[in-house]
Amino acid sequence: MAHIPDGVLSLPVAAAGWAGAVAMAGVALRRLEEERIPETAILAAVFFTVSLVAVPVGPSSVHLLLSALMGLMIGPLVTVAVMVGLALQLLLFGFGGLTSFGVNTVNIALPGVVAALVLAGPVARAAPGRAALLAGIAGAVSVLATGGGVALALALSSGDYVPSARVVVVTYLPLAAAEALVTGFAIGFLKRVKPDALMGATP
Amino acid sequence: MIAGVAPAARLFAALVLVTAIAALRHPMAQGVALIGAFVLVLLAGRPPAVLLHRLRHVEGFLVLLLVMLPFTVEGTSLVAIGPLDASAEGLWRAFGIVMKVNAAAALLFALIGDLDPVRLGHAARRLGVPLRLVQVFVFTARYVDLFRDEIRRLREAMRARAFTAGTSLHAFRSYGNMAGMVLVRALERAKRVEEAMRCRAFDGRLPAIGPPESRAGAAACTAMALVAAGTLLALDLMP
Repeated sequence: MAHIPDGVLSLPVAAAGWAGAVAMAGVALRRLEEERIPETAILAAVFFTVSLVAVPVGPSSVHLLLSALMGLMIGPLVTVAVMVGLALQLLLFGFGGLTSFGVNTVNIALPGVVAALVLAGPVARAAPGRAALLAGIAGAVSVLATGGGVALALALSSGDYVPSARVVVVTYLPLAAAEALVTGFAIGFLKRVKPDALMGATP
Repeated sequence: MIAGVAPAARLFAALVLVTAIAALRHPMAQGVALIGAFVLVLLAGRPPAVLLHRLRHVEGFLVLLLVMLPFTVEGTSLVAIGPLDASAEGLWRAFGIVMKVNAAAALLFALIGDLDPVRLGHAARRLGVPLRLVQVFVFTARYVDLFRDEIRRLREAMRARAFTAGTSLHAFRSYGNMAGMVLVRALERAKRVEEAMRCRAFDGRLPAIGPPESRAGAAACTAMALVAAGTLLALDLMP
């Protein structure tokens, strides 16, 4: 649901999304040393493949976005991982679009980057249980932020979308719950098994 | 026909045409774009069955949007269900969006759907995408299949321990641990990959080696895309 296809958004909204995505990618790429390209790419591949797993929620199932988990592990490089993931989705499955690529990148990556800025330090310092709790909250909030971003992009594109945009936000609630739990447990696992995998753990 | 054209030209044509399609407002222009895109799929010799499968998924996003549009756009009333009133204008809006979304998806399928990630990545580099982003993309694409297999094996191992998927705290914890486990293994693999690369004289710099591409048909493809986009926009402006 986070992948808006071509032909839905108005061109000004799509252009603004592209501008935002280019700016975020610029910031991220400046921090990406060539040496770290293999590691970043391998983690991006993991995030992409884990998001393909259908996690059952009630009678339906959801696909995780993992933006908070990514943020807590690779920080601002989330933007790079999200762009690569979205490009692969578009190429392999035809999800998303070219004109909407910028909006989709910002909607998914920005909450992850914010989660990294706000919580990477506290999560790296906290005990596993508390880190899991913080990460869970970050997971839920970032999914809701993505939902809000999708709704905002729709509402700004056309006033006629506004009622649908409100419903879109509601459809993100089950995903937010699943994302919170999986992100929390995953961070708890990493804290116990490989704490230096988290951003901010090592200088 | 399209398969021989340089990927950078195909990607540029896709960008131009999809942007033009996104701008269309008139049902006739939208219909022409949709028919044109399907004709292009056939001309490109791409399998229509795969396209239909993809379009079915794309439609998932639209259902929510489209079901509500006829009821939220003001206009001539068509059907009234209780307090809800479906307008003809709203129905046309919804229909127009379906045509645009499907036209864009079919167009991308015809123009870049057969490119592998390496070729697409280096085509994007020719169009100005930063080299490092392209390198991450190509690297990631190479590892996706590997981690899909890894996840499949882990889930088999979970099933062998009588794990059943469902909505329970235990299930979410298992998925969280699984994600964590794959990430731990990935970090270890990344370290080994880097060591292996260092053994092969990797000094922290990656050269930009793309596959050799012919420049055949690039100019014609770009010109045709611009003409087609212009025609669609002109059709759209016609009263």
